[in-house]
Amino acid sequence: MSETEKKGTSRRAILGAGLAAGGAIAAGRVSAAVPDPLITQVQPWASEFGDPVDATPYGMPIRFESHVVRRNVPWLTESPISSINFTPIHALEGTITPQGCAFERHHSGAIELSKSDYRLMVNGLVDTPLVFTYEDLTRFPRHVQTFFCECAANGGMEWGGAQLQGAQFTHGMIHNMEYTGVLLRDILNEAGIKPEGKWVYVEGADASSNGRSIPLEKAMDDVMVAFFANGEALRKEHGYPVRLVVPGWEGNMWVKWLRRIAVYDRAVESREETSKYTDLMPDGRARKWTWVMDAKSVITSPSPQAPIRHGKGPLVITGLAWSGHGKIARVDVSLDGGRTWTEAQLSGDIKPKALTRFHLNIDWDGREMLLQSRAMDETGYVQPTKDQLREIRGLNSVYHNNGIQTWWVREDGEVENVEVS
Amino acid sequence: MSKSLKLALSLAAVMAASPVWADKLGLGRPAVPEEIEAWDVVVLPDGRGLPEGSGDVSTGEEVFAEKCAMCHGDFAEGIDNWPVLAGGQGTLTDRRPVKTIGSYWPYLSTVWDYIHRSMPFGAAQTVTPDETYAITAFLLYSNGLVDEDFVLSKENFTEIHLPNENGFYPDDRAEVEYPKFRVEPCMTDCKGEVKITKRAADLKVTPTDPDGRPAGTIPDWFEVAQNDTAPEAPADEAQAEPAAEAEATAMAAPDPALVAAGEKVFRKCKACHKVGEGAKNGTGPVLNGVVGRPAAAVDGFKYSNAMKAAAEDGLVWTPENLHEYLAAPKKFIKGTKMSFAGLKKPEDIDAVIAYLSTFGG
Repeated sequence: MSETEKKGTSRRAILGAGLAAGGAIAAGRVSAAVPDPLITQVQPWASEFGDPVDATPYGMPIRFESHVVRRNVPWLTESPISSINFTPIHALEGTITPQGCAFERHHSGAIELSKSDYRLMVNGLVDTPLVFTYEDLTRFPRHVQTFFCECAANGGMEWGGAQLQGAQFTHGMIHNMEYTGVLLRDILNEAGIKPEGKWVYVEGADASSNGRSIPLEKAMDDVMVAFFANGEALRKEHGYPVRLVVPGWEGNMWVKWLRRIAVYDRAVESREETSKYTDLMPDGRARKWTWVMDAKSVITSPSPQAPIRHGKGPLVITGLAWSGHGKIARVDVSLDGGRTWTEAQLSGDIKPKALTRFHLNIDWDGREMLLQSRAMDETGYVQPTKDQLREIRGLNSVYHNNGIQTWWVREDGEVENVEVS
Repeated sequence: MSKSLKLALSLAAVMAASPVWADKLGLGRPAVPEEIEAWDVVVLPDGRGLPEGSGDVSTGEEVFAEKCAMCHGDFAEGIDNWPVLAGGQGTLTDRRPVKTIGSYWPYLSTVWDYIHRSMPFGAAQTVTPDETYAITAFLLYSNGLVDEDFVLSKENFTEIHLPNENGFYPDDRAEVEYPKFRVEPCMTDCKGEVKITKRAADLKVTPTDPDGRPAGTIPDWFEVAQNDTAPEAPADEAQAEPAAEAEATAMAAPDPALVAAGEKVFRKCKACHKVGEGAKNGTGPVLNGVVGRPAAAVDGFKYSNAMKAAAEDGLVWTPENLHEYLAAPKKFIKGTKMSFAGLKKPEDIDAVIAYLSTFGG
């Protein structure tokens, strides 16, 4: 028998005993029937060596966290090359999304583009069309800002009613990263915008190119050309080496592998801003240019993938809130499907157009709950119910579903995605 | 000169060299016309950006069958979940609207631009301007918007208006929604009895873990601890034997470089064909074990009559037969459903066959 196997066996036996102790804890503060061997016996990890440095030159999460990964819903799209997956928000805390589990959306696959092969062109209605290398971009004044990026289709599968079991699937087309990069306006100024320039068109270097038109006011405001996220280079799937960051606006505009910025006197009306990312209304006409992501929130735990296992008593309800219009001002939580509300605590820094963490600590009596959260942003906008949205937009609207989510927590702690009257 | 004075002087030099940020930094270099021409392929609704050229409906039908129908169907009706490009007019108020070029898209320029820059899926920027005019003409025809003898060109392009051109209006949430939602929220007695009206569990459309729970459910820590064993270090004897085995099979195994090249080529195929563990039939049959197997042998895939007939005649997918088929599918099997034009380079075909041979049935 190998040394590791021996270790494994002894640990299983010990932890079996620990389970009994743990089970007792669930019922409240009672004395342990037997002393916990995890405490009374010297454990292997308290006696032997752990891994040396350099065991993993670039570390991955410990194997006990292997469930914390991106997942997709295969029936949503015909090919994973042009598809989306979801951030495991049910298993994350705080506000920053690690790049390695932040949702991906590709229209023609994640391409491998090196810094040396990278070029950015600025042309159209400018005084001097320019070409920049990666190094050129690093010489503009640098900015560091944290923003959420949410796909306009986040929650799109829920327009007709509760469908997917888990915050990862209902709300996981979102991530929140700290970007380091330069301002788009500094790059545009370098080329010089002609007076008739009113729109900026951005496109990527991948086969889809995914072009989008952005009005000049936004382009000259807070849009970033980023090359670092969360302190390290962008990951391939997030647009290495350079992506666009369009704070508060739908993720489709955050063009990855950014290769060209062109100034026009009008919107280009590309495929992604006409046939897609437009909102079909009940009268058969469609809203276009619905760029801003309105205020939204979701309880990430408890949720269908994060049931309550510890029984009644102290329970931490945790969730995320965000608004494309600015800062989150307040989040209310309801335990009874929206009849009564309690203000939750906003934890950590509250940044505009970034994820905000909220917590509500309750003493759970073990009875059923219908959990809801409701965000309010600094403009006074209060997150609506799904029915309020449907009343205006009907059922064919796909994108921009920022309605209130309901989780049905049962007595055994299991959680289901439901809708309520 | 004292050290501090030197420092002060050099600082002054740096400050003087710093531009005011409104000024230009002098970064980048001017783009040359050939570069702009290569990358700036945008076509605007008013026709700006269109290159010279033209194409007719029947040419478009041929090009479409060759390059597009594998996903979009011969009549632009869309295969499986791939986009439907024709029909759907009058359905935009239905519960299941069919959004196509004819029913939903506002501008023809978008169609032309998208085909030219992003299609076909997996082989973008391979459609010539004339072919793009032809495909666009065919799509207009498929949507009942032009006659079969129609020729689309740069000259008549802007005369064509799509039916839903006026079906869009700019975001009006600020007027229609925000006043409704910017109100002080209710905190108590906000509604009467609360009833559950819809349940996700009834639908069973969420991916699940092996235990039947929603995929990614956070494990019960005590359960995990009980079942957990640390990854085992391989025992020495266990390592010895497979090594010898590996040596024996290495002779027959395909060249890893060729397999890697084949994996790249296979990107052209994988929109329709799946390989590997858990692969299922898609638009095309699953290709695990295809090399050396009789034709039309995958259970549950609806082959064309032509392919079934070839199988009855004893067609086996030997590397030689695959080579010939992949070079010109429609020539090798007249009437095959696979509307892929074929791989032009023989080395690409060798590579993709080598890659496919790594997937057993």
